[in-house]
Amino acid sequence: MDLYRAHVLVCGGTGCHSGGSSDILASMETEIAKSGLDKEIKVVKTGCFGLCEVGPVVIVYPEGTFYSRVKVEDVPEIVSEHLLKGRKVERLIYKEHDKAGDQSLENISFYKSQVRIALRNCGVINPENIDEYIALDGYAALGKVLTEMKPQDVIETLKASGLRGRGGAGFPTGMKLQFCANVPGDEKYVVCNADEGDPGAFMDRSVLEGDPHAVLEAMAIEGYAIGAHTGYIYCRAEYPIAVKRLGIAIKQAKEYGLLGKNIFDSGFDFDIEVRLGAGAFVCGEETALIASIEGERGEPRPRPPFPANSGVFRKPTNVNNVETLANIPRIILKGADWFASMGTEKCKGTKVFALGGKINNTGLVEIPMGTTLREILFDIGGGIPNGKKFKAAQTGGPSGGCIPTEHLDTPIDYESLTAIGSMMGSGGLIVMDEDNCMVDVARFFLDFTVDESCGKCPPCRIGTKRMLEILERIVAGKGKPGDIEKLEELGAMIKEGALCGLGKTAPNPVLSTIKYFRHEYEAHINDKVCPAGHCKALKRYTILTEKCVGCSACAKVCPADAISGQIKSPYVIDQDKCIKCGACIEKCKFGAIEVK
Amino acid sequence: MATVTADKAKVDELKAYIAEHKGIKGPLMPIIQKAQEIFGCLPIDVQDVIAEEMGIPMTDIYGVATFYSQFALEPKGEHVIGLCMGTACYVKNSQPILERLRKELGISEGATTPDGKYSLDATRCLGCCGLAPVMMIDDRVYGRLKPDDIPGILAEYK
Ligand SMILES: Cc1cc2nc3c(=O)[nH]c(=O)nc-3n(C[C@H](O)[C@H](O)[C@H](O)COP(=O)(O)O)c2cc1C
Ligand code: SF4
Ligand code: FES
Repeated sequence: MDLYRAHVLVCGGTGCHSGGSSDILASMETEIAKSGLDKEIKVVKTGCFGLCEVGPVVIVYPEGTFYSRVKVEDVPEIVSEHLLKGRKVERLIYKEHDKAGDQSLENISFYKSQVRIALRNCGVINPENIDEYIALDGYAALGKVLTEMKPQDVIETLKASGLRGRGGAGFPTGMKLQFCANVPGDEKYVVCNADEGDPGAFMDRSVLEGDPHAVLEAMAIEGYAIGAHTGYIYCRAEYPIAVKRLGIAIKQAKEYGLLGKNIFDSGFDFDIEVRLGAGAFVCGEETALIASIEGERGEPRPRPPFPANSGVFRKPTNVNNVETLANIPRIILKGADWFASMGTEKCKGTKVFALGGKINNTGLVEIPMGTTLREILFDIGGGIPNGKKFKAAQTGGPSGGCIPTEHLDTPIDYESLTAIGSMMGSGGLIVMDEDNCMVDVARFFLDFTVDESCGKCPPCRIGTKRMLEILERIVAGKGKPGDIEKLEELGAMIKEGALCGLGKTAPNPVLSTIKYFRHEYEAHINDKVCPAGHCKALKRYTILTEKCVGCSACAKVCPADAISGQIKSPYVIDQDKCIKCGACIEKCKFGAIEVK
Repeated sequence: MATVTADKAKVDELKAYIAEHKGIKGPLMPIIQKAQEIFGCLPIDVQDVIAEEMGIPMTDIYGVATFYSQFALEPKGEHVIGLCMGTACYVKNSQPILERLRKELGISEGATTPDGKYSLDATRCLGCCGLAPVMMIDDRVYGRLKPDDIPGILAEYK
């Protein structure tokens, strides 16, 4: 490889891409060539850096200068000032909210507390170039496994590492491989679950887009461990960039002989195919995913038999999540002890979270298990924007729950989150502030599960629908005494009776918000008030007599004829007629209309 | 509306794809996906072609085509507008944006304008929650939206 004196990394992840990073990349290359620097400086299109909030992001190495919200127009200045004359473009350098001065990458608090294992290459290498992956020890783990280790050694290493599934259930990865390895037969499959259905999570997407070879390498390692020769990656069709990069990566790996026949002259054959989903959340559940790969309706199947015994095409199959897989090559190279040295007693290693919602630094963070929510939200996440107050953090998506302030100091792992009524889930972490209504959030998730229930079993199909109806009534101001108890009862019943994880966990968002925010439910039902001021039907528009000059503008604009009065004296709103459209507020020039 | 299968070249393209992929394991999803890519939707006569070429009952194909939300039995508009209603976008107020889109387009989500120009969908997480609230028109992503941005953006697709 050629040696360059500097590297310019331009993020090509989805967030920055939509902010125009491909134009920035093109312009950067032209400007650098124009200045005659193209032999000295290399431009690299990388995957997601994680801090999507301030994208498009450009990083210049060796200094690690972090430019944020870059526009195409800024490129000539970066080239002529920084790259040519060595003077950083101060105005574009990312500044933290509460700190001054130059901050290179390793000093930014968003990155400082992170430990990047699954994300190690994201934002660092060009994912479309296998050489860059190889330069950072890529495929060395596969080489080690095939030339120095027996299949059982691989399984033992993973068992000792304590790695558990990152797709939600947290099942020990080594043990799952052992089950599959124990089943006799020479037709077995490795499946990568890249369906990432949790609405508000994009960890897997970033790994697939930023480091696709890590997933391929891990699948081949698992294939060797259980005796499989074919792998399927089941990827959401909503992720076109990920699908494209996987395709490129598979092709390059085959050209290099790292996939295909007789890898590393070991006699081991392994091939990988990508299969696309078609928009069904339940297909993230492993048995539904398997049905979908087979070309059927993606309905879950009863377990047992578990996929390890009877999976794809009824053959023994090992299903793992993208992030789980991304950890494996590192564990093989650096050893089980290294991995097990991080985390809590029962959960080793790190977890990637997708921070979103009402938080300053939205983006991806990878932290050791056992980090507290407070550290994630306030140290790494930079706290809540606009001086608002934190209300709750939602983890586990539609299967999880809301965590209130009093549990912010819980060290995060699978068990602790379940204990406080939420769950780890795949890693979505949505922050809510005082303006978010917890009843409406519960309604939002139920609406999602009702829509996504495959309909196979009645507790889930009918029960979640009933719960949704009650919640819709409550947010519409028509809640009745006893509704809360009815929700709790239905919830318990669905958890008990549903066939698959979707139904079993669907009541969680409701039950956890009732547990911690019961007063909000009660306010909606008894007082017909939404404490957060979010629910439209419960808003009250009133005219402040002392401010109203009686211009009649509001009465004219009201579509429901709810406002009446005499010119030049204060008007009034008839609450029974008001449809809460807010038209009057927009019209009033005197700020005389109040909404509560 | 003339049936989409009147276009012989497209039918041949589908048939060729089926012939080539019939032999792989679990061929139905990729074949249906290809059919949707070629025709833009999966009306009964397209399903008929698949059934015939694969030698399986049409009910199997119908069952799969109706299960997954991305398969459309009816054609979509020229521009497909997908507003993200994922969690991150929802808590950052995507609802008023949806209402504005409904108002500007005069249709609700799931529908297509009578002139066949726009379809409106409320989608799941588009994976760019950092830019919430987010909307996608065809392949382009628009982030950090406010309701008042909508008319200007739609004007780009006149
Ligand atoms: C309704 C439902 C949806 C799921 N969605 C996903 C998903 O999107 N991605 C994922 O990796 N696992 C998902 N899972 C978990 C999988 O069933 C399975 O446990 C996981 O893929 C196993 O891999 P792991 O051991 O590496 O976590 C889902 C489970 C349920 C019940
Ligand atoms: S629990 Fe719900 S999603 Fe799961 S099988 Fe039953 S109906 Fe389908
Ligand atoms: S929730 Fe809208 S992009 Fe993720």
